[in-house]
Amino acid sequence: MAFLTDRKRASGMGSAKTGTEHHWQMMVTSVALLILVPLFMFTFGSVLGGTYEEVVAYYSRPVPAVIAILTLLVGFFHFAKGAQTLIEDYVHGLARKGLIIGVICLSYGAAALGVFAIIRLAL
Amino acid sequence: MRDSALNIVQIGCDCSHAAERPATEGNRVMADVNRGNRPLSPHLTIYRPQMTSMTSIFVRITGNALIVAALMIVWWFAAAATGPEAFATADAFLRSWFGDLVLFLSVWAMWYHLLGGVRHLIWDTGRMLKVEQAETLGLVMIIGSVLMTIFTIIVT
Repeated sequence: MAFLTDRKRASGMGSAKTGTEHHWQMMVTSVALLILVPLFMFTFGSVLGGTYEEVVAYYSRPVPAVIAILTLLVGFFHFAKGAQTLIEDYVHGLARKGLIIGVICLSYGAAALGVFAIIRLAL
Repeated sequence: MRDSALNIVQIGCDCSHAAERPATEGNRVMADVNRGNRPLSPHLTIYRPQMTSMTSIFVRITGNALIVAALMIVWWFAAAATGPEAFATADAFLRSWFGDLVLFLSVWAMWYHLLGGVRHLIWDTGRMLKVEQAETLGLVMIIGSVLMTIFTIIVT
């Protein structure tokens, strides 16, 4: 190791070279959520407080169901990416990898459970 | 491992003199002798809170905190798909004072994070990057999120 110059040691150790895609995915999902989230807040907010029968009837309609499904899918994908950035800023080493894997599993798991539930409600 | 050779150099000499040594001593001295002994830039904790930094930090806090409401809503959907008894449990939790508080704060967090995202989208086009403009957008985020929260509570 002592025979290597700092230049040689630093060479190839720059950025991870995948940041552009991460940023682009955050941009795309944020624009999508800009539309989806207000739609979801107003549809979900209007039915929250209703009876079980009212909720089932409401989410049997295609528009509220599709809004909810898209919001959960895009929202949890956006969350996984954003939380990954948070973890990368403050946590290092093995804990970083473990937390990022955990966040991705939680996000996809919650999204899958939510989408399954809405489809079951709707059909 | 990579630093060990340099550390030996640092421990073995007074660094203020090292820079004056002739280059004939080879790579170890030519390498960054002062590593780890440079003046540090002022740390985050001594900065006065500013509109730009605080509104940015709150975008991160609100975005990540929204996971609580998101999981509560997923639970609510899963319970509704399971049946009336499960739904009654989840629905009672969401509509309890605690659930209500979390959802109310999350509505504000959602609008704040949304407006923060809009600010990022504006910045990404190269616009509004001057400090005063960024501060104006921060003010829009604070006032806008409060107004939109009140609007959402009234409408729904």
